This record gives sequence, structure tokens and C-alpha cells, in this order.
Amino acid sequence: MGAAPDRHISTSERKKDGRAFGPEPSKAMGSPESPKISLVTTAQKAPAWGRSLFNPDSIFKGLMLVATLTVLAVVGLTLSELLQRSALAWQKFGFHFFATSAWDPVAGEFGALPFIFGTIVSSILALLIAVPLAVAVAVFVTEMCPKPLRKPISFATELLAAIPSVIYGLWAMFILVPLLRVHVAPILTKYFSWTGVFSGPMYGYSMLAAGVVMSIMIIPIISSITREVLAVVPQHQREAALALGATRWEMIRVGVLKNARAGIIGAIILGLGRALGETIAVTLVIGNTPQIAKSLFAPGYTMASVIANEFNEATDALYVSALIEIGLALFIVTVIVNILAQFLVWTVTRGAPARANV
Amino acid sequence: MPTAVEVRDLKAWFGKTEALHGINIAVESNHATAVIGPSGCGKSTFVRCLNRMHETIPEAKAQGEVKIGGMDIYGVPAVDVRRKVGMVFQKPNPFPSMSIYDNVAAGLKLNGTRNRKTLDEVVEHSLRQAALWDEVKDVLKKKSGASLSGGQQQRLCIARALAVDPEVMLMDEPASALDPISTAKIEDLIFELKQRLTIVIVTHNMQQASRVAEYTGFFLMGHLVEFDRTEKIFTNPSDKRTEDYITGRFG
Amino acid sequence: MSNKYLQFRRRFTDYLATFVAALLSAVVVGTLVAIFAYLVIKGAGSVNWAFLTRTPKPVGEIGGGMANALVGSALILGMGSLMGIPFGIGAGIYLAEYGRNRFGAVVRFTADVLNGVPSIVIGLVAYGLVVFTEGHFSAFAGGVALAIMMVPMVARTTEQMLLLVPQAVREAAFGLGIPQWRTTISITLATARAGILTGIMLAFARIAGETAPLMFTALGNQFWSFSANQPIAAVPLQIYTYALSPYDDWHRQAWAGALVLVALIVGTISLVRFIFARSTLREAR
Repeated sequence: MGAAPDRHISTSERKKDGRAFGPEPSKAMGSPESPKISLVTTAQKAPAWGRSLFNPDSIFKGLMLVATLTVLAVVGLTLSELLQRSALAWQKFGFHFFATSAWDPVAGEFGALPFIFGTIVSSILALLIAVPLAVAVAVFVTEMCPKPLRKPISFATELLAAIPSVIYGLWAMFILVPLLRVHVAPILTKYFSWTGVFSGPMYGYSMLAAGVVMSIMIIPIISSITREVLAVVPQHQREAALALGATRWEMIRVGVLKNARAGIIGAIILGLGRALGETIAVTLVIGNTPQIAKSLFAPGYTMASVIANEFNEATDALYVSALIEIGLALFIVTVIVNILAQFLVWTVTRGAPARANV
Repeated sequence: MPTAVEVRDLKAWFGKTEALHGINIAVESNHATAVIGPSGCGKSTFVRCLNRMHETIPEAKAQGEVKIGGMDIYGVPAVDVRRKVGMVFQKPNPFPSMSIYDNVAAGLKLNGTRNRKTLDEVVEHSLRQAALWDEVKDVLKKKSGASLSGGQQQRLCIARALAVDPEVMLMDEPASALDPISTAKIEDLIFELKQRLTIVIVTHNMQQASRVAEYTGFFLMGHLVEFDRTEKIFTNPSDKRTEDYITGRFG
Repeated sequence: MSNKYLQFRRRFTDYLATFVAALLSAVVVGTLVAIFAYLVIKGAGSVNWAFLTRTPKPVGEIGGGMANALVGSALILGMGSLMGIPFGIGAGIYLAEYGRNRFGAVVRFTADVLNGVPSIVIGLVAYGLVVFTEGHFSAFAGGVALAIMMVPMVARTTEQMLLLVPQAVREAAFGLGIPQWRTTISITLATARAGILTGIMLAFARIAGETAPLMFTALGNQFWSFSANQPIAAVPLQIYTYALSPYDDWHRQAWAGALVLVALIVGTISLVRFIFARSTLREAR
């Protein structure tokens, strides 16, 4: 598509490209003032500027390149910052950092296990709630719902994605938490306390609240990627199923969902990535207690929350370094999860541009 | 000879555009009927009305009387119609996420057949009927439906359609995406299948029509211009328009 | 199993599936409505002229407003956009016009990865780069944090929009003798203009609501500040601080701030979608 104009087109590129060929553009096209439209090529580049290096085209390309390098620079800086500033804690604690559960800044004890536990549990809970809802919405909008409903429902999911985290947190603090404490927890205790997961007193600020609010926040991304993936399934697959006498739901199951399976899993993992890094809404309702508890009613703490809460209060260098090490761990985990997810989605959509955000 | 498909005054629309203007036709059972005509004449639309696939397109509508094996297809759920009428599409469309076995068995499983033995038997029988058994019998469950060659994929789709035991088989230009050898194999298949089913085949290839079909219907701009025995259509057509098409004056 | 029963069961499952999908979709849409409803119920009464023009009162006193946070947000967003958008567009242009190669693939991949990094980590990075170096919190640091977030977002959407411009359009320009750089700016960019603007405004709306990256950079401020080198208030930060506080009056103001923030963000998105719904190029959905 956009090959550089002053590159000599080699034979192998000629064949690969199928389009651009011929000698250096300067010989074929003539000067900028009197352009000759060559009849044989379709992808001739713009009139070249002879052999000069500092022509407007290369300057422009150079400027754009600089802009592009900032993207790489940001990642580089991120890594360097995080690695540098967590070095102190790493030297002191090593791998033990991630296996210890004592978090006592005053005594100089720093163990990240409660936060890892909290991040994982809250994220999984969020996924358990969000996935059925998100996939249902995606299937409904793509395959089932009447045409006039399509735009409103997808607009609604877009709006859900646009609501800032702090507002979800605010709503969760004053509306969701009392709701869970007063109406939901008693029911859960009555029927499910035997599992051990819904036991003990419920004060509202809990892992459960964090999981629920997080689930609402990740529904839009799972849903929108799933919709993209479903839309890419070719129409003839649906027709093949219908022609065999399948009902609509059977057609969706056999001709659509099965084909899109990998992409849907990718969407779910992308949702997981988003959940892992969610900070503000979670911090407001999770209770911020560094403990590992079995019950979802108990308060907890996530990696992102502890950073948000304690970074500005961190007094000594070791404290700061420990928090940054948690940040580094969070960075690495979310990057890996996101790479996996992007790959899965790519296998289904095959290079159709991935959404930068919801 | 009982007619397998009776069509009376069939009209079809895409939105506001009328694509079929009152088709009347009676298709003989256990014979192959070819549907020919230039691009855009409505032959695909016609055939897709017969198994009620036409109405799956948004804003598409059909009206008229269609009886298949005596059953009024607009009086019963579409799902029931499609179990009686099988369809093979222009481009082979096996389910890529399923093995060859599962592809053939797909229609059966949907219909509730769970018995392993029955499934095995029907799958083998269908693949034999589609002349594909020998080529795939060792890799039935190992290879996916999409990993076969184009011609094999199409025969797989035919086997899949046959597995549900339809009375009528609709074929929408089944060989147009295939090489000559695969095309020949499919035409041989049609010869075999005719004895058990009624076949309606859309084709833009007049030689193919004269090779496989006893009857031919010529469509032009949404009208059924002429319908008669194939020899008559191709040697002594009654309508001038048919003659012009046959002799290549247009289309 | 009799055939009639089986067919009935298949039809029933079909209806059930549709029903369940519709129900769950209603739950999702209903949640959105619930959130908006509460925002209005709890916040509408408090969004008044005083709220929009006054600064916070001392702790414990009733009244005051978020004027300084509104101005602060505007300043930070302005700085962030000024820094982030040009680099984002530039990177997007490079990726679309010159980057269909290995290097471009690496950058594209990196940008997508960056889009998934939690914003609090970005805040830590900006802290290290600016706050730590300068020795104090500042609005500028906040701007840097937001700019870092904007660049990969804007780069990817710009690239996608530019790729939608048919090659034939560029070639028409080349055929007329227009140089590549000129073509990119005056022809390609102009054709994709609507979509690119949409992408920018959507990224802006995303950034406007971010709190975490500002916590260790702009820090927040109870007073007026127009300086780039001092801590400054921002609406999301203020809402967060107020929500955590034990004062009812601050809770009330938090709701008001939330309503204003959501109204601005949703308004921006709706406007963008409505105005550019009929542009020349649409993303294939």
C-alpha cells in the first residue's frame, strides 16, 4: 500500500506486490512540474526528487517516524522506570515477595500475596458474572434482535464503556454496596453459606461488591469484541445450518458460535485483562484490607488498589519500591494476558483492524 | 408419475423489487430438472424459495403456493420444510470446526439421533452415496471438513445434505466453483441420486443441463419462459427467447 | 423418543434461547439506566451555579463547589491533548502510509499492548519521569500521564481510518503529480478527516474520566490554580476524594460532579456519533 517512493523496487517485491514495477520513479514519472501519467503502472509513486536526501517527502516521513518512535519509547520508559524503582524491594525480598502474605509497612514487612489473591479472585468473579451477560448481548444483537433495536442496544453498551471508573465506584459505594448488604447477602447466606464462600458478616465493602462492579465494567469490551468476531463468520455457514433444517438457535450454535469460539475466548481474556488493571471503582468498594479470606463477604485488597491507596502515603524508600514492584508485576501480567487475547482474536478476524479500545 | 414439487403462482420480492413474477411449474419426482437462464434471471431466487431460504434475507418476501410431496410449505414451520428438502450451495460450505464425520452427522444430531451405531451407518451410507467414502474413510474423525480439496468439500456437503434423507435435493450451481474432473464426479453423482430423490439443479452451463437433466426450465427476468423435456428445449424450443439464449445470442 | 416430542423440544429450546438472550440484554441495558437514573436523582439537585463557580469550602463546612476542578481538568486535558494528539496522529500516519512492514507490525503490536496497560501503571511512569525529576507534583505531570495514554489510542484509530481510504484516491493524486507528503496531508488525511476526529474525540472522552493516572501526578488541589507547575484539581480526582470522605455534604458534591462529568462525556460521544454518522468513510461494523 504505502511503500516509500524513493525505494528501488526489487524483483521479488515486484512479483509479491503485483503492482509496482519499473525503474526508479524519477526516470519514469518526470519532474513534479510536468507529470507524465504512465499508462503501464497503477501504483507509481509521486514524482521523486532526484537523489537528494533532504527532500520534503523524506522529511515528512522522518517526522512521522519520530512520532511513531514515541510509542516504542513509552514502553521502554515504562519498563525502565518500573524496573529501576522496584530494584530496591527486589533486592531485599526476591521471589519471596510474591509468596508472603504479611503486609506491615510500619514493621518493614512487605508481602504481595494478599493483593495477588484479591486481584485474581475479584477478576474471576467479575468474569463469571460478565461473560454470560456479555455474550448474550452480543448474540442477541448480532443474530436475534429486531433491526430497530440493534443501534440502541449497542449504543447502550458503548455508553456503559464510556462511564469513568470513579463514577462506577461512586455508584457502587452508595447504591450497590447497601443493596448487596441488605438484600442480596441474606439470601446468599441462607442458601449458600454451606459452600464457605458466602459466610461471615457482610458489611458491604467486600470482594463480592468489587467483583460485581467490575463485571459491569468489563461487559462492554467482551460484548463488542464478541460482536466483531460473530460478524466475521461468513453468511454461508449460517445458511448451511439452516438448509439442514436447524432452528435459529441451532443455527447459531452450530454455524456461528462454534466458528467464532477462539475469538470469543479472546474477547473474554481481553475482559480479564481489563479487570486485572481496574483500580478506582474497586478501591472504593473492596474494603482495602490485606488479607486472604475464603468468604466473598470479607473485604480484600487488589494490586492496583494498594498502589492507589498507599503510594502517596508511602514514607520510606523501601515502601515506595515495594509498591512499584507490585506495579511492575501488574504491568507484566496485564501485558501477557493482553497479548494472548489479541492473538486469539486475530486468528478469527485475520488482520481486520483490532479495536484500540471499546 | 407423481410430481414432487408443485409450484403455483410463486412471486418473490427483495424489498420492493419483484424478482419472480408468478412462476408455475411441476417438477417430476425421481428426475433431475435443470433451471437455466442468464445472470439475474431469478433462478437462484426460485430455488431458494423452494426450501424457504429466500425469506432469511432481510426484507425478502415470497408468496404463492408451493407443495412438496403434497405438503404445503407455507403451512408448516420452515424448519420442517428444510428437513424434507436438502440444499447444496455454489461454494462448498462445510463446517470448519467439525470433523468430516461430524459434518455429515450434523443434520442427524440436530434431529435427535444419538445412537452411535445409527450415526455411523448413516454417515457411511451418505458418504458412499456421495462417492467420497473411499477417500476419507480413514480420516473421518481426524480431519476437519475444511481441510479437503474443493471437489471433496462439495461432495462432503452433498453427503451432509443426504444424511437427513430428503425427498428433494436443490443444487445451486454446485459445480461452478470446481475443476472439470470434480464437476464430472458431481454429475455422475446426480445420475445416481436421481433414482432415489428429485433433483432441481440451477446451472449456467447449458451443456451440463443437457447432460444431467431430463427436464429444463428457462428463466428470464423473473419469468419462467419455457419448461419442457431437455431435448426439446435444446433442439426445438417453442419460445423465441429460449432459442436466442440457447444459441448464444445473449446471456 | 417420539418425533413429535423432539420437534417440540427443539422449538422450545429455540424460544427459550431467544428469551434468555433478550432477558440478559435487558439486564445490561437496565443497569445502564439504573446508573444514569441514580446520577440524576442524587446529583441533579446539587448542580447549580454555586457548584460550578465556587471552590471547595474548608473541611466540614457546607457549600462550595468544583469550579477549580473543572478548570483544572480543562487545563490538564488541554496539555495532555496538545502533547498526545500530534504524536498519535503522526504515528497513525506512519503506520498506515509507510508501515506495512515488520517494523510497523512491531509498533502496531506495541500500541495495542499499551492500550491494555492499567492507567495506574501509567501514573507511576509519569510520576517517575516528571514528579520525581522535578521534585514536586504538577499539572504538567498529569498532562504527561494523559498524553501517554492518548498516543496509542489516537495512533490506532488514525491508522484504521487512513487505511479505509481507497488506494485509488492516492493514486489519482500521484497521477496529477502531487508529491507523497502533500497527498497524505491534503488528500488522504482530509478524506479520513471525520473518522480521525471521531477517534480523537472518543480518546478525549476516555481520558477525561481517568482518575488513577492523576493521583500521583496532579495530586489535586483545594484552591484555584492555573499554573502548570503546581498540583491542580481535576474533576475525577475531586469526586474520588469526596467519595472517600466522611462528610455528607462532600458526598452530595461528589454526585453533582459525577453527573456533570458523565453529562460532558456522554454528550461528547453522542455528538461525535451523530455528527459523523454520515461521513464519507465508515468503519466496517
